[in-house]
Amino acid sequence: MIGLQHYLLVSAALFSLGILGVLTRRNAVNVLMGIELILNSANLNLVAFSRYGAGNLNGQLFAVFVIVIAAAEVAVALAIVLTLYRLRRSPNLDTADLLRG
Amino acid sequence: MNPSDVVFLALAALTVGSAGVVVLARSLIYNAFALLFTFFGVAGLYLLLGADFLAATQLLIYVGGILVLLLFGVMLTHKLYDLDLKSEVQQFSAGLFILVGIFGILVFTIHRTPWRVGPGRAPAATTADLGREFMGAWLLPFEAASVLLLVALIGAAMIVRRRKEA
Repeated sequence: MIGLQHYLLVSAALFSLGILGVLTRRNAVNVLMGIELILNSANLNLVAFSRYGAGNLNGQLFAVFVIVIAAAEVAVALAIVLTLYRLRRSPNLDTADLLRG
Repeated sequence: MNPSDVVFLALAALTVGSAGVVVLARSLIYNAFALLFTFFGVAGLYLLLGADFLAATQLLIYVGGILVLLLFGVMLTHKLYDLDLKSEVQQFSAGLFILVGIFGILVFTIHRTPWRVGPGRAPAATTADLGREFMGAWLLPFEAASVLLLVALIGAAMIVRRRKEA
């Protein structure tokens, strides 16, 4: 019987893979994909708690807010990545060292 | 095993497997298309959890908006003649160590925590109830989120705008 813990396990796997993507990629767009995986795993947790918890919709309401934050985040982050690319001709994050003295 | 368990296992395998491709594949285009399947898998899991409105929102916003935006990011930050858009992976063994550590801690916590499972919400249409909640008890966060979204979009346009040389 599938229960709350199975959903939490899937979410934990998504979260760990997202962390791996954020840590090991040089390309800024790939790092953004890792962040999307992490936000999706948090959403999956919230929806699972909403289904198996106290029986109200609060988890799903939170998930909608997380989706709004994710949309705002990806728009601003891509703007920053494009500006960085225009400055350095490279999408790699280790070229973003303009503040180094 | 009843049919819904089989569906859950298939969706979980699709989600985690394609997430692995997102993180591990070298080609940026493969990453983006694997992310498509991850979003579809998560939307299916939402449906299985009885969150019909969220599943539709996931498809509309993540697949229709965020994924397309990420593809634009891939295309705009590479020369169009680059046929193989490769992305480097660095310090993979250290990252793998952290992956195993975090996943181990999470699995340990999930198994050891006595989750308070309540009566739960049987799968039913959620859209009307969600709308009532947003316009009722959650009105202030709802309006704040709309302002945040507007500010973020204007800010993004300001950041990428080409400035005239002063």
